[in-house]
Amino acid sequence: MKLDTLLKLAAAAAMATPLAFAAPPAAAQSNTVRAVMHSDLKILDPIWTTAYIVRNHGYMNYDTLFSMDEKLNVKPQMVEKFEISGNNLTYTFTLRDGLTWHDGKPVTSEDCIASIKRWGARDSMGQKLMTFTQELVAVDAKTFRLVLKEPYGLVLQSLGKPSSNVPFMMPKRVAETNPMEQISDFTGSGPFMFKRDEWKPGEKTVYVRNPNYKPRNEPASGLSGGKVAKVDRVEWLAIPDHQTAVNALLASEIDYIEAPPHDLLPVLKKDRNVALVDYNPLGNQYTFRFNWTHPPFNNEKVRRAVITAFNQEDFLKAVIGDADYYKTCKAMFICGSPLESNKGMDGLLESKVDNAKALLKEAGYDGTPVVLMQSTDLIVLTNLAPVAADLMRKAGLNVDMQSMDWQTLVSRRTKKDLPNAGGWNAFLTSWVAADILNPVMAGFLNSGCDKAMFGWPCDEQMEKLRDQFSRETDAAKQKALAEAVQERAMQIGTHIHLGQWYQPIAVRKGVIEGIPTAPAPVFWNITKKGN
Amino acid sequence: MLAFIARRLLATIPVLGMVAVFVFLLLRLTPGDPAAVIAGDNANSQQVEEIREKLGLAQPLLTQFVIWAGKLLQGDFGESFFFKKTVAELITQRIEPTLALSFFTIVLAVLIAVPLGVIAAYKHDSWIDRGVMGFSVLGFSVPVFVIGYLLIYVFAIEWGVLPVQGYRRIAEGFWPFIERLILPSATLAVIYIALIARITRASVLEVLGEDYIRTAHAKGLTDRVVLMRHALRNAAVPIVTVIGIGIALLIGGVVVTESVYNIPGLGRLTVDAVLARDFPTIQAVILLFSVAYVLVNLLIDLSYTLLDPRIRY
Repeated sequence: MKLDTLLKLAAAAAMATPLAFAAPPAAAQSNTVRAVMHSDLKILDPIWTTAYIVRNHGYMNYDTLFSMDEKLNVKPQMVEKFEISGNNLTYTFTLRDGLTWHDGKPVTSEDCIASIKRWGARDSMGQKLMTFTQELVAVDAKTFRLVLKEPYGLVLQSLGKPSSNVPFMMPKRVAETNPMEQISDFTGSGPFMFKRDEWKPGEKTVYVRNPNYKPRNEPASGLSGGKVAKVDRVEWLAIPDHQTAVNALLASEIDYIEAPPHDLLPVLKKDRNVALVDYNPLGNQYTFRFNWTHPPFNNEKVRRAVITAFNQEDFLKAVIGDADYYKTCKAMFICGSPLESNKGMDGLLESKVDNAKALLKEAGYDGTPVVLMQSTDLIVLTNLAPVAADLMRKAGLNVDMQSMDWQTLVSRRTKKDLPNAGGWNAFLTSWVAADILNPVMAGFLNSGCDKAMFGWPCDEQMEKLRDQFSRETDAAKQKALAEAVQERAMQIGTHIHLGQWYQPIAVRKGVIEGIPTAPAPVFWNITKKGN
Repeated sequence: MLAFIARRLLATIPVLGMVAVFVFLLLRLTPGDPAAVIAGDNANSQQVEEIREKLGLAQPLLTQFVIWAGKLLQGDFGESFFFKKTVAELITQRIEPTLALSFFTIVLAVLIAVPLGVIAAYKHDSWIDRGVMGFSVLGFSVPVFVIGYLLIYVFAIEWGVLPVQGYRRIAEGFWPFIERLILPSATLAVIYIALIARITRASVLEVLGEDYIRTAHAKGLTDRVVLMRHALRNAAVPIVTVIGIGIALLIGGVVVTESVYNIPGLGRLTVDAVLARDFPTIQAVILLFSVAYVLVNLLIDLSYTLLDPRIRY
């Protein structure tokens, strides 16, 4: 008798014992999707943090006033109808009938006003909207009004913002929590309900279908339209080891992996029971960030030399490898988006090493080391820094690449200290495309000196252009302004965009279907056959 | 004996105090800022600073230590920076999987290693002896995660007889509980089997050369009785010592195994807490590990008196 036969017999015998018939957990009795997300859910307030896993939690538990569809148009979601006054100063929103919180109470205008205010205190686009806002007033239980001090072109784009921080609606009692503190009541109105009692950080997060959710009648498109929860229960299992998660999928113990690493995709592609789903056609964008406060990147010509020395293909090949999952794209606001343009990109990102050397010479570069931070524990980032170091060295820069884990990098990048005293000169990261679709959303374009994100670019003209963009309501003029921003960004070197890459979701083929095409992984309209 | 136990327990207080100070300082002096981690990738410096103040990390180091130590003396480990749960609650949730994994590992290791070591000693210089010692070298040399992935590939993916990952609490049924511990325990046990088998072989071999063993044989006792009653009993002290050390080492050893098999135990909690710079959780878990280490060593010392009547405290 073969060993596997023996083991199977032993397992069967054990299964036959009375103990084996102990009551199975609730999960096994219902239509449950078992998913492994890119990270464990530790924080539960999607307004308090920008972490993507918390944003994804937000889409499960909460709903939004507006949402972005597949074509990147902002569409009403909780809102039934809205009106904009002739002078573009007053927006009147009316909520849909039948919207209720998970505790059964109706969603009211007061709830939405409090939610917008809390989000407006935390989110960069929300803060911008609030600076233009004169008042937010409830007209009746279902209608409220946003009155602006002066026209602002991004009201609906702000309220329909698809990624962190998404303006999720919460009951007034929850939304009145100090924006600097986390909420402790997780009542939402989304298509799924978070099960606080089953939440075990480091183990699993559980959501169940919201039986009272009233989906819109329109078909789902992107993050908008009818959100129909078609499974009873969704479990997010925390499996930090990628290989274990892939093994669990191959053994049908789980149904879904949000972010399988690219080097394991060939294993998954080979398995006939696994399907890879490209759910986010916009993908992500790699970015190189300069620190403007210290030499040598306090010199515009040195920054331009780096832009001239880089090319996107080298980075994408080194990290993603498979050309099916990356695309070179010189458009800062993402290829495939309404603001896509190559303006100002001629001759840049083509590794013109001689030109880069000439720029360094003009800049009077004296060999000051570039402290380049390398993150070593996130597979999608690890290989970026060595490529950057190599290209910079070819151009003649003296590079000191320092390796560290991502959380150390995250802490260190906030420090303005000298690079040789705990500070830094450059690092590389990745943005979800939905976060950088225009000059106001894209955080690295903020050039407000000390008020800017780490790297602290300082450029009055850039800030003027961004401000003009935010006030503009005409789409064609907005595009022209976005092009001017892109041109300026490349001229002064706020950061360098290094191409787009895509992350497929891996699921059990024929079991999990209907994954929505959206800039965030959402679970409505997903079906599951069998167990 | 009671005085010895009391003395040893009292001696743990300064040890734990030193561990507390060391861990507290080490965490604050190494790079990494929990506030930046919590704030997320898109946060600006002001948001990070606000969170830092909220967590009390903006206060002077001494003030932070006094607050933490004061709470600790009242039995309060504090609240996790991330989970909105008390550290005590987190540890309570995670302790069962680690205890279960450690218990099964050590039982499995002892049940396999001690007989192997005894047989290897008895069949000294035979192919069995060489086989056992060869296995020991292999057990020491192959990393835990390699053994883990190998066992998963064979038993879970190819043959499908055991699950790849996960943990079920004993309250969810005995078979689901055991089923998910077989591969992790086997993985983790390999190195302990190697260690204990080698020590058992060496100890028994040494005892087998003693005069009283020859006398036992001369009295006409069977090999089995000589081995079990005379040789193993007298070789037990070093074996128990190494088993005890093994139990203490298991505390650290479970980290990799818990990751490979996705077992939500204290090892995983430690790794998660370290990566996220969750200071209160790291401090509490390390203190807990220190207490366990001290107690295991005390139990080993006490067990000597049972195994060797000549030892008295």
